[in-house]
Amino acid sequence: METAAPTPRTDIRIQQADFDTGEQCRQLRAAGQGETGAISTFTGLVRAHGDRNDVRALFLEHYPGMTEQVIEGLVETARQRWQIQHVCVIHRVGELALGEQIVFVGVASAHRSDAFKACEFLMDALKTDAPFWKKEIATDGSAQWVEQKASDREQADRWNRQNPA
Amino acid sequence: MANDNTATISITVRFFARLREQLATESLSLSLPSASRVSDLIDTLAAKGDQWSELKGSAQVMIAVNQTMARASHPLVDGDEVALFPPVTGG
Repeated sequence: METAAPTPRTDIRIQQADFDTGEQCRQLRAAGQGETGAISTFTGLVRAHGDRNDVRALFLEHYPGMTEQVIEGLVETARQRWQIQHVCVIHRVGELALGEQIVFVGVASAHRSDAFKACEFLMDALKTDAPFWKKEIATDGSAQWVEQKASDREQADRWNRQNPA
Repeated sequence: MANDNTATISITVRFFARLREQLATESLSLSLPSASRVSDLIDTLAAKGDQWSELKGSAQVMIAVNQTMARASHPLVDGDEVALFPPVTGG
């Protein structure tokens, strides 16, 4: 009898703690049981140049419960559009210093095209749909909430235009 | 005795990010007439005046009811959790 393909797993974590991208890749690879041909990952970092040029750190707030629910829905949408297997989304909250990791999206698939596309879609959709808010903390200690960018909305809207329902 | 016209519903309202700071409020409980909508809730809060009045008619206020995005016309029922927050900026 043919061995059934592993059941696709979705791993969503909202946490203050840092994460190890290598460990996440190892887990996605191990979960594939020989059926995975591609793993696409994205890691977002805190950078100095945001709405202002002297960012020292970010503070990230979220809506516990709704955040996980929204991301689960986005992963479900990705599963309907592309042939993907295991998916891991990690988003950190709290204060994060320059250069620290903020977000990780990892997608396993039999083929690279689906892995690439689903990973980019999840990242774009997460930025416009998941209830997270960033505050920039400047070197002088002042802090300011980041405004949503029209470019982020356009980036996310692309996926609707490319494949109208 | 309570009837449909006098019955009230109890709603929990939560605020996030810039709104939470501006209003100096994380959450509050509100009694509203039954058959109220989110727009009625916002009107009630805006009537408190000062910084609260900015909640009204602002395109910058997003609404979630029971942790799902909703419109101002969304009808409310007893025990609903309504969240008001600015456009999201994660990732």
